[in-house]
Amino acid sequence: MSLLDVKNLKVEFVTADGIVNAVNNVNFSIEEGEILAIVGESGSGKSQTVFAMTGLLDHNGSATGSVKFEGEEILNISNQKLNQIRAEKIAMIFQDPMTSLNPYVRVSEQMTEVLIHHQGISKLDALKQSITMLDAVRIPDANNRIRMYPHEFSGGMRQRVMIAMSLLCRPKLLIADEPTTALDVTVQAQIMQLLADLQKDFGMSIILITHDLGVVAGNSDDMLVMYGGEIMEIGKTETIYSTPTHPYTQGLMSAVPRLDDSEERLITIPGNPPNMMKAPQGCSFSPRCKYAIDTCNIDSPILSKVSNNDHFRACHVSKEKIL
Amino acid sequence: MIVANKSKIKKMAENLSESGAGRSLWKDARMRFMQNKAATISLFILISIVLFSFIGPYFAVWSYEQIDWNAMGSAARVGMPSIESGHFFGTDDLGRDLYSRVIQGTQISLMVGVLGASVAVVVGTLYGATSGYLGGKIDQIMMRIVDILMSIPYMFVLILLLVVFGRSIGMLFIGIGLLSWLDMSRIVRGQTLNLKNKEFIEAARVTGVTDFKIITRHIVPNLLGIVAVYATLLVPGIILAESFISFLGLGVQEPSTSWGALIKEGAGTISYDTEWQLLFPLAFFVVSLFCFYFIGDGLRDALDPKER
Amino acid sequence: MSNHAILEVKNLKVNFDVSSEGDMPWTKAKKLQAVNDISFSLNAGETLGIVGESGCGKSTLARAIVKMVPAESGEVVWLGNDLLGLSNAETRPYRKQIQMIFQDPLASLNPRMNIGEIIAEPLRTHYPKTPESDIQARVSDVMSKVGLLDNLMNRYPHEFSGGQCQRIGIARALILKPKLIICDEPVSALDVSIQAQVVNLLMDLQEEMDLALIFIAHDLSVVKHISTKIMVLYLGNMVELANSEDIYKSPSHPYTQALISAVPIPDPSVEKNKNLIMIEGDLPSPINPPSGCVFRTRCQKAQDICSQDKPEFKEVSSNHEVACHFND
Repeated sequence: MSLLDVKNLKVEFVTADGIVNAVNNVNFSIEEGEILAIVGESGSGKSQTVFAMTGLLDHNGSATGSVKFEGEEILNISNQKLNQIRAEKIAMIFQDPMTSLNPYVRVSEQMTEVLIHHQGISKLDALKQSITMLDAVRIPDANNRIRMYPHEFSGGMRQRVMIAMSLLCRPKLLIADEPTTALDVTVQAQIMQLLADLQKDFGMSIILITHDLGVVAGNSDDMLVMYGGEIMEIGKTETIYSTPTHPYTQGLMSAVPRLDDSEERLITIPGNPPNMMKAPQGCSFSPRCKYAIDTCNIDSPILSKVSNNDHFRACHVSKEKIL
Repeated sequence: MIVANKSKIKKMAENLSESGAGRSLWKDARMRFMQNKAATISLFILISIVLFSFIGPYFAVWSYEQIDWNAMGSAARVGMPSIESGHFFGTDDLGRDLYSRVIQGTQISLMVGVLGASVAVVVGTLYGATSGYLGGKIDQIMMRIVDILMSIPYMFVLILLLVVFGRSIGMLFIGIGLLSWLDMSRIVRGQTLNLKNKEFIEAARVTGVTDFKIITRHIVPNLLGIVAVYATLLVPGIILAESFISFLGLGVQEPSTSWGALIKEGAGTISYDTEWQLLFPLAFFVVSLFCFYFIGDGLRDALDPKER
Repeated sequence: MSNHAILEVKNLKVNFDVSSEGDMPWTKAKKLQAVNDISFSLNAGETLGIVGESGCGKSTLARAIVKMVPAESGEVVWLGNDLLGLSNAETRPYRKQIQMIFQDPLASLNPRMNIGEIIAEPLRTHYPKTPESDIQARVSDVMSKVGLLDNLMNRYPHEFSGGQCQRIGIARALILKPKLIICDEPVSALDVSIQAQVVNLLMDLQEEMDLALIFIAHDLSVVKHISTKIMVLYLGNMVELANSEDIYKSPSHPYTQALISAVPIPDPSVEKNKNLIMIEGDLPSPINPPSGCVFRTRCQKAQDICSQDKPEFKEVSSNHEVACHFND
């Protein structure tokens, strides 16, 4: 049994200008102790997928399908149950840690509150555990710094505090939504290293949402490429990087300049990201795809197996043509 | 080459809607405003009231200063609203036609409100935008002047002005106009400080656009949203102020009248069974104020969709 | 490509006044050294990349060159004239030749103006007597140059995607046919697939119009791709300046080394076996920078000398300069 099993997940938003299909028929699963990266550009539905899973959609959004966590359905269950799961089993960290930290309350209060509320332990024990956790995320001088307010930490340190807080209840799954996008590269390297170490220590699973292909390469076992609310390709990270079989994945890989390579000219994907108001018929990538054939504009391709195990792609064009 | 491939560019442009003109933010705002029922209805009622104040006189049998000697002194018995006598809204205690007087009062009150607000908008916007954009010491001095003016008790000064220089509409305008732009200038300055650091202002400065052009072309148009909202909320405020002054008996001069003056007269005679003398002007007054507030609310939602 | 420098920056310094906690109105404001003693030169057709982390002063440096923030001392020599010595009115003619594009594509366009007006503004500002038909022709010409259809002229910025807005910003910068464009993080707000389009566009335009570019970004891979030479800034100080290949192949300053090693490579086989050079700790406060070498507090090689003497900016090989005591 997988830790998390997502089946036919669909997310819709009702807006003044019409219905937006943010996520369409998304299927994936994640095993215990695994790191899955969800890669996509803005508007690809990568964040909405996890928001739907954890019941954090905006009020005008609705989700259908099934999300099973440890075998139990968690999609559209009561808020009370969700709160409990979110606090104890699924933790989340965001791009901007300040969205989840209260600027007017000391870090110590915010951390111990979680423990006292969910584990019913004494304040003193909670404080001890919190300090241990801040040590674990390598915040120097945790004993004293726990009494500080969030704004007194630098950006990288704040993200560490956020990670420490999310790990307090030893969650089974950590969802990291663009955790390093707002940080400088050197700090990003520190945070990603920290996440990898913590993952080994605590044995949790991680869903890493990002647009940065470099971060994905170094920090994930499996990856899932999304575009226009649909999964384009899913498989082992190594496999996808060495043999990207979807035109979009391929385009993305060639559009990023590499520091260890000097290319004369970047190969671009023409056009702009899709307008989700008017999703194109057929494959959402077809208007920008150089391999597109007539079928692509009519039928949505379904995910199908590429030769080796666990590697799936959604494309009408044969693999040989693309490679 | 990117330039060569026109068909590719065309494809990129497809994401945009087809119509040629392009939707400005104003058009967008108008659409959102129209979706707000309360605001649209209010706008409709307000326009009706304005139209009534211009078309109404053509149906009047009596002018606003003409005295119906029949009704004089016996308004309670003879001066009630009736179609036959030509006093559609009845008469006041002196036997003057209330229909014509309400129309006259509506004209005066709306004029005071709209003109007063316009003065506030023009002076306040320019003052605030200049102060905010220039910043530094000039900003400090300009804003301290506003602080000083604000600390003067507004109503007291207005009453003094009217007493010293005599009662006249002109003096009323000067008094209200002089003081009502203060709030406006502060709001505008705050917004300007916000706008000033936007990249498009920086872009204009790098290009060498002059300060004056930046204020008029880049800052003021982007302030108009908030200014429009504040102005619609300012109009009823000024009408209220004028009414209060008139209620004290210091406003417009007889035989001219305004809502406040009419309400004062109506309230004074309420014990003589002539409730129409209060109710008609009061109804116009209350309905108009409601309309202004609803419109202001609707404008705010339409112009700042994010800040709801 | 000519070898004559069009822009020379000499010992440029920018300070900001800041007040800190507990200051009284009469307390003298502290000085924050945003940009400290920076010198470089730029030839026509060349691209200078400026990299560094947030707070390193790279944006301030750009703004000081175009006199958007006042410089404390130093010279900005543009085609033989020191811009810093000129009055605002005297600077205006030079503003035609130096243009800027910005990080946030949408925020850099006035939401109340349509695209045609936005692109034409520099033209109307500097040549107010240009007839309307000429303006229209120039605007549609420059729009096609950046890959926009000219029938979009009447549309408003909010109707465009981020990548298109950035193209509009580039069109506005190009309409006066400048000699230098300063790009302040022009692609960091864009999606990966759009980034490549904009980078390619800039490189094509540069070749076509013999433009010089100053390209500021925190993404080292993009900077290396577009630049001929790269300057690395740390806490307002230059730590290394070299050709882009050299900086990547033989980074000499410990900070540059750490910065390069921290950039993730989009290839699992490389990335997972990489030897990371971590820099520990936080960026020191720019109000109270470390004595001597600014990087010493986080440097693994730091010795006593680093806290006493500020390392000079020295050439280690041809066109490769470094500020470090241990650069051999």
